[in-house]
Amino acid sequence: MRLLLRLAAWLSILITVGIVISLLSPALQFFAEVSVVEFLTGTRWAPQFADPTFGVLPLVTATAWTTAIALAVAVPFGLGAAVYLAEYARPRARKILKPILELLAGVPTVVFGFFALSFVAPTVLREWLSVEVGTFSILAAGLVMGVMIIPTVASLSEDAMSAVPSALRQGSAALGANRMQTSLRVVFPAALSGIVAAVVLGISRAIGETMIVAIAAGARPQMVTDPTMEGATMTGFIARMALGDARVGSLEYNTLFAVGLLLFVLTLVVNAISIQLVRRFRQEY
Amino acid sequence: MTTTDSSTKATMATTSQISVRAAQSDYREIPAEPDPVLQCEDVDVYYGSFQAVRNVSLAFGHNEITALIGPSGCGKSTILRSLNRMNDLVEGARVTGSVRYWGQDMYGAGVDPIEVRRRIGMVFQKPNPFPKSIYDNIAYGPRVTGMKVDSMDDHVEQALTRAALWDEVKDKLKQSAYGLSGGQQQRLCIARTIAVEPDVILMDEPCASLDPIATMRIETLMTELRDLYTIVIVTHNMQQAARVADRTAFFTAAVDETTGDRTGELVEFDRTAKIFENPADQRTEDYITGRFG
Repeated sequence: MRLLLRLAAWLSILITVGIVISLLSPALQFFAEVSVVEFLTGTRWAPQFADPTFGVLPLVTATAWTTAIALAVAVPFGLGAAVYLAEYARPRARKILKPILELLAGVPTVVFGFFALSFVAPTVLREWLSVEVGTFSILAAGLVMGVMIIPTVASLSEDAMSAVPSALRQGSAALGANRMQTSLRVVFPAALSGIVAAVVLGISRAIGETMIVAIAAGARPQMVTDPTMEGATMTGFIARMALGDARVGSLEYNTLFAVGLLLFVLTLVVNAISIQLVRRFRQEY
Repeated sequence: MTTTDSSTKATMATTSQISVRAAQSDYREIPAEPDPVLQCEDVDVYYGSFQAVRNVSLAFGHNEITALIGPSGCGKSTILRSLNRMNDLVEGARVTGSVRYWGQDMYGAGVDPIEVRRRIGMVFQKPNPFPKSIYDNIAYGPRVTGMKVDSMDDHVEQALTRAALWDEVKDKLKQSAYGLSGGQQQRLCIARTIAVEPDVILMDEPCASLDPIATMRIETLMTELRDLYTIVIVTHNMQQAARVADRTAFFTAAVDETTGDRTGELVEFDRTAKIFENPADQRTEDYITGRFG
């Protein structure tokens, strides 16, 4: 039994290492032909053209925009929902609302993608808000991605805030603080490490989210300077390329792994930064 | 602070003997009737349909220490929490009767419970400093209540000095309050309460989680603070009541024969010396002599 459990633990580590190795070798082949500098600083991404160029920045800018827009939606709404659920909602309301919120996290992302394409872009953005967007846009994809991440941010932050001992709330109330002050100045900082973890998970999901951007953001790799443009994100490119007819072992095939590796590194950096942030601002109770 | 040293010695001398304290109360003149800052009349407290306390009438004298004693479940903490509307935070809690603060009905229409709590502070059973620096723990109250202070640094120093903690923490104000010992944390919580300049301090078994030396320091502190604040303390420890309190209220729990619910009621309220030396009620005598509870 103990052996089985140990196996289970090691298996997850081995799989992670395996993924990195399998990413690494085609990516290294890629970088043997294309310099890292050209890859990271080039502003034109055209791996399948007769005269191919491999500047990844267009994909990175698209990912950065969708992630930023998603966070701009998910952080305020997610944290607002968390504060409400943890500090204001009566137990009965919480019992009903939280499972519904978590249900939202279980909606398949392809549904969100379709929602972005068929409703958010034409109806919400064009019709209601008169924003000039095409069929595909970074903005629509980012907004819907934000909606998708709200439950993740809200649910984990709520857990972190609910775990703060009620003795701290009482101590604050006894000093003449109102509920909002107690929530924002005592409970929120005390739960900060959990809240940062929730937001980081949201960022990771946004960077890695594929289906929504593949459906709604478009396919043209271009430097994104305005969110109403269409654009191909790193994940969107990988999804499309993997479905295409790139020959195994060819340079264009290897671009998949180069972009995949970059994605992996980016997520790792975000996690590392957040761990540092949490260490610096942690208030332990 | 030099006063701390001398009064610490004074408490050491009294140790824990009830009789010694009784002698002490002889030279502190306590009027027969309290000059009330807070006054309960016919107070009942319910949690949902459960009646926790019945028919309590009590007056808490200005610049006096009043102790609430009695066995577990006798409602003494419930009464304490109704004195600054902390019960409002409990779902389903209800207070009937009147609680007056300087004559004004605390539960009357238009009274802001937050304003009540600013004037009537509370120290809890387990020290509950915020996970912030020592300085920010003290500054929190003045900041959230929008108090006008000339210099927050001076204000923090004054609060810590009054709580007899300044000398121990003056070099580490920016460090986390969680690095302090339990007794220091509790004095920090007292300092934090003092910082919003209340005129009443409620203490709910403030020494329950502390060792005897830390307990003694808090008791010394209470007797020092008596000149500035009106103090109400709930305690399980009868010696503590005898040592520090000017007046003592003894509560007990009446058990409902049919439901088994325990409802607290006030048995006797008098000057501490009277309660411990010559109680009027047999139940008080049984309790303080250890025959019951």
